[in-house]
Amino acid sequence: MHHNLAVPIPDEAIRALHVGDTVSLSGVIVTGRDAAHRFMVEHFIKNPVAPEDEALHAELKRLLDGGVIYHCGPVVRKHDDGSYSFVAAGPTTSIREEVYQADVIAHFNLKGVIGKGGMAGRTLQACQTQPAVYLHAIGGAASLIAQSVKEVVGVHKLEFGVPEAMWVIRVEGFPLVVTMDSHGQSTHDAVAAASKERLAALLG
Amino acid sequence: MQQPDLTESFVELVRRAATDLPPDMEQALRDAKTKEEPGSAAEGALDTILKNVEMAREHATPICQDTGTPIFEIHHPLGISTRQLADQIRRAVAIATERSYLRPNAVDSLTGKNSGDNTGEDFPTMHFYEWDEAHIHVDLLLKGGGCENVSAQYKLPDASLRAGRDLDGVRRVALDAVYQAQGKGCSPGVLGIAVGGDRGSSYVKSKQQLLRPLADHNDNPDLAALEDQLYEEANELGIGPMGFGGKTTVLGVKVGALHRLPASYFVSIAYMCWANRRASMDVQPGGEVSYAS
Repeated sequence: MHHNLAVPIPDEAIRALHVGDTVSLSGVIVTGRDAAHRFMVEHFIKNPVAPEDEALHAELKRLLDGGVIYHCGPVVRKHDDGSYSFVAAGPTTSIREEVYQADVIAHFNLKGVIGKGGMAGRTLQACQTQPAVYLHAIGGAASLIAQSVKEVVGVHKLEFGVPEAMWVIRVEGFPLVVTMDSHGQSTHDAVAAASKERLAALLG
Repeated sequence: MQQPDLTESFVELVRRAATDLPPDMEQALRDAKTKEEPGSAAEGALDTILKNVEMAREHATPICQDTGTPIFEIHHPLGISTRQLADQIRRAVAIATERSYLRPNAVDSLTGKNSGDNTGEDFPTMHFYEWDEAHIHVDLLLKGGGCENVSAQYKLPDASLRAGRDLDGVRRVALDAVYQAQGKGCSPGVLGIAVGGDRGSSYVKSKQQLLRPLADHNDNPDLAALEDQLYEEANELGIGPMGFGGKTTVLGVKVGALHRLPASYFVSIAYMCWANRRASMDVQPGGEVSYAS
């Protein structure tokens, strides 16, 4: 089944999603990968927010409430007027954020996590309780996804480097597949289990 | 042959590798799409991949934002300064980064600082070989991080996989590597496999296999048979494009062998994502440059 979703995403729309469904996503989302997740957990979640981080925390609270984080380290072009555009923006491997993701989902009331390769038990549990979903982008489809990034609204933590910074982007018709839903189902678990059986048969 | 300045030619080689998928890879993806169930997530993934490939070529933008480790393999005639070629390659990747063909991808492992221009300690990777030919031949592979992370090295015998020191043992560990990778290496991928060597030479050899065209037939009949068998069996695992489940898990398998120590039997599996970005260039003694992929 296909769904058109806009950020912020209501809970009912999340509960209507099931693994295997396709999604076109529109609205303002934020990129974040390894450095960003570690930063958010250490500076916003595990410890009290320091005065110098308060403005960023409030801004991310606003952007991510009912919103979506995207595991992505883009290729970005800086224009002469100081503005940016995305040149290539496919997903990066999500499992590296497994230790952080459930806490980030709960803290910011995230409704969606975009990445590739899927995530594990703690995130799947967080998807059920929040509710939220894991949305799989097509790995490597960087030029096509960059076309769906209509505007770079801003950037935070550029000192982490271009791939690791938190880019605030407005997307339109971002093509995605639900591979972990809010009902406890995971395409990744199902495919891993089926391929394990086939491997056992092939190895005899 | 006079020492040439190939800086701009290297930039062009990088541009081609980063933005234009080799025709045999694109054709293999097209063939794979026809095999998947209509309307399935697997078919959808391949459709998106193919649209992306066309778009990248049209706009000269990177196929994948992870433009990977640039791996240069250079064959040159006697009398060429490899030090000068290496300097030109380093300059070329910095220029290619500035032109957004490459993402800044070289990170200082100790400080975490990104150099910003794809140069650094042993970065990019370069291997030079002197040969008898009169011209220079350069192969470039852009090897992304997602698939590098699921690449694997096994030490045979491996009791848990009942893999002995023979080609059936190689087959067993290779299938295990594909299973372990699931979709995380951006399947459907290509497997470059090396049998033997030490741990270092084995991994280098496995990556060199990825430079072979998909249709390239192995001269060794035993390895040719293993390549065919692994291609069939890896696709029977049902992992499918992106790990969504489906009929296409690998697009090709290439195996090479090295001498080894009596005590060691390594099998290295270089997993390459569907964006198998390889390109080559030839520089004639007169200076004419031609490109291929």
